[in-house]
Amino acid sequence: MNAGEMSVGEQASVVRVTGDDAISCRLMEMGIVPATELELIGMAPWGDPLEFAIRGYRLSLRRAEAARIEIVAK
Amino acid sequence: MVQAARSGSIDTVTIALIGNPNTGKSTLFSALCGVHQHTGNYPGVTVERKTGDFRWGDRSIELIDLPGTYSLAPRSPDEMITVDVLLGRQKGTAPPRSVLCIVDASNLERNLYLVSQVLELGLPTVVALNMMDVAAARGITIDAGELARRLRIPVVPIQANRRRGLDDLKTALASGTRGLVEHSVPAFPAPFEQAVTELASRSAAISGQEPPRFLVQRLLLDTTVYLSESGMPGINGVLANDLQQARERLATAGCAVPGVEAISRYNWVGEVLKGVVSRSNESRVTASDRIDRLLTHRYYGTAFFVATMALMFQLVYLIAEPANGLLDAAKSWLASVVGGMLAEGPLRSLLVTGVIEGVGSVLVFLPQIFVLFFCIAVLEDCGYMARAAYLMDRLMFRIGLNGKSFIPLLSSFACAIPGIMATRVIENRRDRLVTMLVAPLMSCSARMPIYSLLIATFIPERVWLRVFGLRGLVWFAAYAVGSCTAIVVAMLLKRTLLRGDTPPFVMELPSYKYPEWRVVLLRMGQRGWEFVRRAGTLILAVSILVWAAAYYPHRESDIPGEWRARHAQIQAALDDASGLSETDRAAFSEELSHLDRQIQGEYLRRSWLGMAGRGLEPFVKPLGWDWRIGCAVVASFPAREVVVATLGVIYNLGTETSDQDEQLHAALRNATWEDSGKPVFGIPVALSLIVFFALCAQCGSTLVVMRRETGSWRWPIFTFTYMTSLAYFGAFLSYQIACWCGW
Repeated sequence: MNAGEMSVGEQASVVRVTGDDAISCRLMEMGIVPATELELIGMAPWGDPLEFAIRGYRLSLRRAEAARIEIVAK
Repeated sequence: MVQAARSGSIDTVTIALIGNPNTGKSTLFSALCGVHQHTGNYPGVTVERKTGDFRWGDRSIELIDLPGTYSLAPRSPDEMITVDVLLGRQKGTAPPRSVLCIVDASNLERNLYLVSQVLELGLPTVVALNMMDVAAARGITIDAGELARRLRIPVVPIQANRRRGLDDLKTALASGTRGLVEHSVPAFPAPFEQAVTELASRSAAISGQEPPRFLVQRLLLDTTVYLSESGMPGINGVLANDLQQARERLATAGCAVPGVEAISRYNWVGEVLKGVVSRSNESRVTASDRIDRLLTHRYYGTAFFVATMALMFQLVYLIAEPANGLLDAAKSWLASVVGGMLAEGPLRSLLVTGVIEGVGSVLVFLPQIFVLFFCIAVLEDCGYMARAAYLMDRLMFRIGLNGKSFIPLLSSFACAIPGIMATRVIENRRDRLVTMLVAPLMSCSARMPIYSLLIATFIPERVWLRVFGLRGLVWFAAYAVGSCTAIVVAMLLKRTLLRGDTPPFVMELPSYKYPEWRVVLLRMGQRGWEFVRRAGTLILAVSILVWAAAYYPHRESDIPGEWRARHAQIQAALDDASGLSETDRAAFSEELSHLDRQIQGEYLRRSWLGMAGRGLEPFVKPLGWDWRIGCAVVASFPAREVVVATLGVIYNLGTETSDQDEQLHAALRNATWEDSGKPVFGIPVALSLIVFFALCAQCGSTLVVMRRETGSWRWPIFTFTYMTSLAYFGAFLSYQIACWCGW
């Protein structure tokens, strides 16, 4: 399962970020590393981008970017 | 530095200020340096170079404000600047003696990621722990003393917006720069450290000089190949091969790049913060979250967004319009005073028409720039700007841009200058350029007088279904032409010249807060002043050139003898006060001013500009224009709204004409081709002019600001060329189609 498939209010734990390009690097720099907890807390009017709560702050990602984050639901 | 040179005894130290976005970095910078700030550009990139200075004790400190960043991993020339400045490799910038790193106390984990990279630079570092109040409100307590002991550097709790803790911070900065301390540095796995050491010695063997260890580490971690292709000293084919092998070895050793970096650093952050940060309440939902649910809601959020944007434009018209009226009045007053003091001649004309008009055409943008920048600064500072980008991203994504382009483009409907300056929030260079290049296509308020003049004069009012008027429709079409063209041009640019991967939309949504009025006003003032300073001189120079072209050669012999004779005759009659009835006097005055305007018009027609206009006629004829329109269009290069005044002079109405002037309307309707005597203007010509001005780049200020923001003349020249070509063909098509339709 990936973070783009979560539903609002769902919590999950990061397994890994796939890919090694600039986007994946940026995701990891923002604190998305294995075992990080995240929660989907909302989405924009057209269903994209998504708003996540991680490490005590709010991060918005497009679905395509969230799909790089492999997760296990809690 | 000036102070140091003067007194000799004062020691000047350069300190770099760095931090994540939304940590209050600008607030701290303003709080430390006050108005002693200087802005410029780093050569060749679109990064703003901002420095400031302040005194503390016997020290004069120069602070370099580096762009907000989450990481020191350079992946673009713009990000490389930060690293180059910190490593002392940036030409024209003194190597910093120490680093001031500002962190958000309510969000320490992610902020310490950057701190961990800064520590590896080996420079003395001071951490400013900002927003302690926000952290406290969220039930987060931080043991700053313990954090300082673990990091082995000074950690100073501050509240930049309330100016608390600044003296402690200054003391730490002034003393922390004497000598190097040994930091706590994140531990990377041993195989990784070993690989870095090996690569560094390989590189030293090849190039003969040891590269900074920090850069070698970055090179090994940089899987995006930006660094290896950036031509850093010591990197060639051999090393690329070594890099590849090192990465493969690391992958088998279980610490694959680039993942190893984030994992190691966040592990270190976790260790450092254990026992330093404690949370009293476990509630995940903050007040900011509750506001956010409403403001990013599918319906309420969208409605709020539309209302906010509408309010922004209301403010522009509510404040900027009357302010423009005042500026205009001041300009006329000054022109009449200066005109009254000087005798008729080139000097008076230069001052009144060249200088005062030129300065006026720059200042006329100021009220709008101030109002728009005020609104933008408030939106940025309270945290709503990120939400606007979040809400609009889906829409902008379809034309190949991202949500952050929306507000700059929207602002351009009032004025492209603040729009272009507001693109600084877009980190991706290509997206930022595309946004800047299409911003001038949005119909700004300077186009209004032109639309208004042409529509009022030539478009007959017809109303269908009681609401849809023809004039309103043409207004709408003029705006639509610009916006639709902008969308098409943006899509084309993203597919051709500025092609590249879709940049990510990984954006922090900062907590909402009350805007910091000092920061808002300072930012507004700075940008307004920057515009005047940058655009002012050049626009003035161009205005004077255009004035000279429209004034010279100014030969009296060009004016028909009978006009001059009649002029002298009336003047004599008026001067000889006796024996004239009131009605005669009025009639004479009337005739005199009519003659004056005729002579003024004749001079313009015979000027270099007039000659150029005649030379241009074959080129503008397919657009339905005669040489006089061509002339007026050329003269409006510095500022498009000038075309109304120039048309006024060409049609013998004097310079003080406005778009509401009934005389100008009549003069345009009655204008005829000089050879055939047929009317020049009609609906086709009006449409062709409207389309031309909707699409052209006749605004010197916009081009100058674009040069300043992109760092080269290439993009403004490109913009002028593409927009003028589009305008020409657009005008040609609309004229030909309108004629063919028989309008």
